Amino acid sequence: MKSAVIVFPGSNCDRDLAVAFEAATGAKPTMVWHRDTDLPDDIDLIGVPGGFSYGDYLRSGAMAARSPVMQAVARAADRGAFVLGICNGFQVLTESGLLPGALLRNAGGHFVCRDVALTVENAQSAFTSRYVAGEAIRFPVAHHDGNYFADEATLDRLEGEGRVALRYAESVNGSARNIAGILNDAGNVLGMMPHPERVIEPAHGATDGQRLFQGIVAGLMARA
Amino acid sequence: MKARIFVTLKGGVLDPQGRAIQHALEGLGFAGVNDVRAGKLIELDLADGTSDDDIDAMCRKLLANTVIENYRIEKVA
Repeated sequence: MKSAVIVFPGSNCDRDLAVAFEAATGAKPTMVWHRDTDLPDDIDLIGVPGGFSYGDYLRSGAMAARSPVMQAVARAADRGAFVLGICNGFQVLTESGLLPGALLRNAGGHFVCRDVALTVENAQSAFTSRYVAGEAIRFPVAHHDGNYFADEATLDRLEGEGRVALRYAESVNGSARNIAGILNDAGNVLGMMPHPERVIEPAHGATDGQRLFQGIVAGLMARA
Repeated sequence: MKARIFVTLKGGVLDPQGRAIQHALEGLGFAGVNDVRAGKLIELDLADGTSDDDIDAMCRKLLANTVIENYRIEKVA
């Protein structure tokens, strides 16, 4: 099982994500620099980490979305590799068009950094398969631009197709329909603002995030 | 040749920055500020002969996110 974590200038959750990938897959992920133009052909799982890529210049995730490596990520996603974008990674995935919508400045104008209550909306995806639909979980968030926006037709489509994977169970950032994480139509790309990689070990104080990574691995094993 | 690109949030898109500016203006005692929308101005210094299509493509591909933003191009001689 081969995994990779993309590293942009300004990424700061890349190491945590690599630790989570290694814990779940049993193998160290390859750290891939943003200027690289290729990923291994047989890559199974790609992480787009949180942080402030390119200093959030222009728009959060805008510059990173146009970096050479994201073309390779799009090709891998097309082939069916799992892609997990967390926080800034979610912003990069929407900016690159791999996921619909956009992430606006938080409605309150404040940076929000705390644990938040979430509801697992769809437990059918590989990412969420180790949870139960409707389950209440808690992940930390740490973002300024997490206010999910899409037009009504897109929101209706996401809801209708079961592509809202996670929803905030409390007021966090003004996200449309309290959306915290969405899937692409094929179900192999997940973007989410909360940080599952920060709650995978008892020493973190909680382990709700562990099952997300285990679900990905189970999904990959089922394919093999 | 220079071009100015004005990037603004679309109508229905919440603008917390604009709202904060509005409140600050009110705090300074300016009455009658009904709404504030903040945007961006990007100035491009371009090679002569850069086509309108190219400038438009720059806006669509990077300078504006058309999911949430509108853009207007103003060419400066």
